[in-house]
Amino acid sequence: MFRLSIVTPDKVVYDSDIRSLVVPGVDGYLGVLSQHAPLITALRPGHIEFRDADDKVHLLAVSNGFMEVSQNVATLLADAVEIAEEIDLDRARTALENAKANLAKAVTGELDVDATEIRDAMERANNRIRIHERSH
Amino acid sequence: MATLRDVKKRIKTVKSTARITKAMEMVAASKLRRAQQRVEQAKPYAQKLDEMLSHLATASTGEIVHPYFEEREVKKRTVVIISSDRGLCGSFNTNVFRNADRWLRENDGVETEIVAVGKRSFDYYKKRQWPISDTYDDWSGQLDYDRAREIVASLTERFVSGETDEIVLIFTRFLSMVKYQLCIEKYLPVARPDVTEEDTGPSNEYIFEPTSEDIYAALMPSYATTKMVTALTESFASEHGSRMIAMGNATKNAGEMVQTLTLDYNKARQGQITKELAEIVGGAEALTA
Repeated sequence: MFRLSIVTPDKVVYDSDIRSLVVPGVDGYLGVLSQHAPLITALRPGHIEFRDADDKVHLLAVSNGFMEVSQNVATLLADAVEIAEEIDLDRARTALENAKANLAKAVTGELDVDATEIRDAMERANNRIRIHERSH
Repeated sequence: MATLRDVKKRIKTVKSTARITKAMEMVAASKLRRAQQRVEQAKPYAQKLDEMLSHLATASTGEIVHPYFEEREVKKRTVVIISSDRGLCGSFNTNVFRNADRWLRENDGVETEIVAVGKRSFDYYKKRQWPISDTYDDWSGQLDYDRAREIVASLTERFVSGETDEIVLIFTRFLSMVKYQLCIEKYLPVARPDVTEEDTGPSNEYIFEPTSEDIYAALMPSYATTKMVTALTESFASEHGSRMIAMGNATKNAGEMVQTLTLDYNKARQGQITKELAEIVGGAEALTA
């Protein structure tokens, strides 16, 4: 068992002991178990999966963030986290449509925005839709 | 001596003013509650981010390579001054400007431009003919994340491009419902994080995924945003607190005024009755005589 705290700029999402954890590191998913070596990593949009003290599996969507593991404490700082069951599918779909529309406009030069920004938005929306589907 | 009607009119005016100040007090109180909640909620993240940065600095060997840390000779300075948009909040803005002015006087000699956050700040420094490079107003006392990010993007971009060599943030820290503290902090370059003694042991050989540089690159923008968001939320909470107290006092004073005026009114009324009685008695006496 080790401690996991998930904190976003507006609240503490989770703070309790857990058994195992999988997070989306920038270079791919990585697993964390008790007594993991000290680690600092950047995260990319994806899903967080962890097994709590009662062996219940939790699934969350995460946007960009960081995680530090040291002395059996995993601290996860994320811009935004959503519990899979609470993901608003309609909103995610709208966000995806908007991003696609913006991308089309950016290609024709109608809208002056950074393409990477749109791609990130699409990735975040797709990620949320995927996780929602997995949990239902 | 004011006539009866005049006094009555004044009482009415004062009473209606009191109603307005009372309403403003209540609005400020409810906004304060929300703002205070935000301040509390934002704390854990800011704290953890600070810790993480400190651990990162301790564990990553060698120089910290991120443009936000770059200390240059200060040839041009940007000062961000956070005030409120609207008045009637006691000494809140006066306090900001008094301290900001003193700081600006003490740190004279460098080309300085002002970034005004809040209408009051813009009006004040415009009048005193400071160069204002940007204005962000109309917050209606609430944090707007996108706009906060906009400020951060513009500031960091100016610092990294070398347009400005130092950015100073002047805001009000929210200590409690009745206690606020003016803060003057360097925003950029970021001070090198403290290297904590206890973490320097060999047991804390951190693994970096992918490299410490990449983590700095991902972490520093969040750090800059968090600092700005904290300054904004705390300033807004302080503003609402100041307004609540100022309006509370105004309501109380109005109440006292109504009391004295009512006393005057009653005295005048009594005087008039006495006069009328005296006239009637005098008239009756004249008839019987």
